[in-house]
Amino acid sequence: MSNTMESKVEQKLQVDSREITFTDEKNLLEVIRKAGIEVPTFCYRPNLSTYGACRMCVVEIDGMGVQTSCTVKPQAGMKVSVNTEKTRKIRKMTVELLLAAHDRDCTICAKSENCDLQSLAKKLGVRDVRFPSKYGPGEHHVDIDNDNPSVVRDPGKCILCGACVRVCREIQGTECLSFVNRGSDAEVMPAYNKGLDEVDCTYCGQCTAVCPTGALRIKSDVEKVWNRIMDPKKKVVVQIAPAVRVAAGEAFGLPLGTNTLGLITASLRKIGFDAVFDTSFSADLTIMEEGTELIERLKTGENLPLFTSCCPAWVRFLEQRHPEFLKNLSSCKSPQQMFGSVAKKVLIEEFNVNKPEEEQIKKEDIVIVSIMPCTAKKAECGKEEFITDGQQDVDFVLTTQELIRMINEAGVDFKHIEPEHLDSPFAIFTGAGVIFGSTGGVAEAALRTAYEIITGKKIENVAITEARGLNTVKELTINIDGQDVKVAIVNTLSQASALLERVKKGEAEYHMVEIMACPGGCLGGAGQPPSYKDREIKEKRMKGLYDSDVNNPLHKSHDNPEIIRLYDKWLEKPSSHIAHELLHTHYKNRKRILGEIINLSSAAEGEKVTDVQVCVGNNCLAKGSYGAIDALTKLIKENGLENNVNIRATFCMEACSKGPSVVIDEEHIDGVTPEKIKAIFKEKILSKYAKS
Amino acid sequence: MVAEAKKNQEKIFEKHRKFCKVNEIVEKYKYEKQNLIAILQEVQTEYRYLPEEIMTYIATMMDISPAAVYGVATFYSQFSLDPKGKYEIKVCDGTACHVRGSMPVYNAIREKVGLQEGKFTTDDLQFTVETVRCLGACALAPVVVINGKVYSKMTADAVKIIVDELLKRSENDN
Repeated sequence: MSNTMESKVEQKLQVDSREITFTDEKNLLEVIRKAGIEVPTFCYRPNLSTYGACRMCVVEIDGMGVQTSCTVKPQAGMKVSVNTEKTRKIRKMTVELLLAAHDRDCTICAKSENCDLQSLAKKLGVRDVRFPSKYGPGEHHVDIDNDNPSVVRDPGKCILCGACVRVCREIQGTECLSFVNRGSDAEVMPAYNKGLDEVDCTYCGQCTAVCPTGALRIKSDVEKVWNRIMDPKKKVVVQIAPAVRVAAGEAFGLPLGTNTLGLITASLRKIGFDAVFDTSFSADLTIMEEGTELIERLKTGENLPLFTSCCPAWVRFLEQRHPEFLKNLSSCKSPQQMFGSVAKKVLIEEFNVNKPEEEQIKKEDIVIVSIMPCTAKKAECGKEEFITDGQQDVDFVLTTQELIRMINEAGVDFKHIEPEHLDSPFAIFTGAGVIFGSTGGVAEAALRTAYEIITGKKIENVAITEARGLNTVKELTINIDGQDVKVAIVNTLSQASALLERVKKGEAEYHMVEIMACPGGCLGGAGQPPSYKDREIKEKRMKGLYDSDVNNPLHKSHDNPEIIRLYDKWLEKPSSHIAHELLHTHYKNRKRILGEIINLSSAAEGEKVTDVQVCVGNNCLAKGSYGAIDALTKLIKENGLENNVNIRATFCMEACSKGPSVVIDEEHIDGVTPEKIKAIFKEKILSKYAKS
Repeated sequence: MVAEAKKNQEKIFEKHRKFCKVNEIVEKYKYEKQNLIAILQEVQTEYRYLPEEIMTYIATMMDISPAAVYGVATFYSQFSLDPKGKYEIKVCDGTACHVRGSMPVYNAIREKVGLQEGKFTTDDLQFTVETVRCLGACALAPVVVINGKVYSKMTADAVKIIVDELLKRSENDN
């Protein structure tokens, strides 16, 4: 990267007696692969740091002996042999040892046929494992984490390649997983071996996407959905997210990026879904609400920049780690949740119009299923904010991978099925709604609408090219009616973190920031068929989405006649009272690690005890809770109340904006700075023990 | 039994919990990530083990992830995630000590303090008995270290006398 100005110097080395040219490849493995020679590996991921753990990519180099090709820098004149007796033996031995320690229930494993360990064992001709197996038939690791909505962690299938640890740290900056213990006891796990639902996991699922085996896999809801479909009483309604249509075809041998909306629609009906809709429609609805919100905030200048709220991993990230920015988050529900709310309120009534009573659908009998490129959507639909009258607005979320599984289970010939149209109403969507599936798409769609509404002028060329492409950070400025509107578009949470830091320090100023957690946006979501090995896969999916916009006669959400009708008939206008009720939500600070309270001092038993808890969470710490503890301890000593006051430190009390927080005998007091502590101590504690 | 042990543990370790100390230690090392191991060492000296909550607290203070702190703490055998006994007895089982009979010494201690199979710390949290790798005092083999004090050329009988002494002292303390 550093010498882009200079022309790359071409050098030569030999691989298996063939001369191969290289320039600035970062390691020998890349050079060998470029020459079309395959080198097996479990742990190497081009977009992550090189780890050199799995020892599968070993080669013999003249004068250097056996080396892992991923950690060797290519040098001119090197003589490299990929397949020698030694390297073959090493690879086979490595696989054999891994298999001996592996929970080998391959036939029923969720990753069967998509597992690197399985395919390499086959490829290398491993037909015998000479070592005693760690797991007997039907035996599993004792610590399978199956308690969270999105990801299953099964240590019995982990081969310690560290891809999950690296993606969580380097791409997402979340670092929820780590290597724990050492040597033969080493395992990958969250802090303190807690479940993923007890730590600050965002459920982005990228760990499942890079995991070469079934150690981290998507939690499946397929069986639950089948049960509902088979229940004759249930009306099962399904929505398809934009990014799904350009990826599902990959599993059936269609060219990369093929738009398969019609094929998916037909397949879903074959499977037994009662009505098929497109989330692009509710994406249009999101734009109406979020666009209105943007216009409002631009007018008042409040809570800028506006952060988009479509990505549930990003929302959870902000709720857990940066609650100070929650006011910037758009209050709009994500398109998935908007569809759920509208379906359970409006769709049901439109279904029932002019139907005799016995044919009418009851609210408890409608089931909303989403097909999403995303694992975090599984967690989103279960959030308490999205439960109305005891029922989830969206009942089940299936990922693209689970859709593919259902199509296969139902025996549908996906490639040759006759494409079908969506169901009415809500069958019309615009290109603006479809490009939601790509990084930059939400911002572009919102700007198209905001521009036309603010200026009252029609845009001729709708494409905002600066918003497009796979770069992790993009910036653009658009002049709307004399005001320069500054927009940032970010994908991956590590970049989101960096942006928040810049905004906090005042180094960057934006009016709107679009953030998606997965690399490339939803099209690179963890629920999609794997795409980490090849950048081209994401590029083609992206092209598929933007082509769909071009081929759609409608490019702006506010031109969607179904959206106009929805507002006319049901929602009045964007941001109306009823729209707020149905389409908006609220956010709250969430604990990062569910933990226990720490005792600092301990009052004697039998005395009249005042219980004081001081928050030492991130935010309160920064605002001086340590000083408060210090001052309080001194005051207690001065007044001889050591035996009467019990001070305890607790972690976040979820009132960060008003910190430091203190709870005295269950009374919550905010803003307890060291200066104020004296007065509070006098009023709340000392008064109780005053000698009468 | 378990509940009682837990209560005991709380009683004993309450004395050692000085939360402000953690702040001092982390501040002393200027919140620098490369000092994590040193920080954990000092914190362990203070608490005698690394409680989960404290690791989370350190991680938050230093702006690193709790998972990373946990990873470091579990990597090095010098860190203990469980409470240690009042007397920490380390029996060297390096090659020299091993061939000169460290195992009979180890077993004698375990028997004397009444440790059950698979446990390293007694239920009353008085004794922790562990083996360690070479302490570099091979000429004195077999070596036993009790709370930092080195006992050389140990035999099963000799160590029993020492442990008896500790048991008596321990009773007087309580």
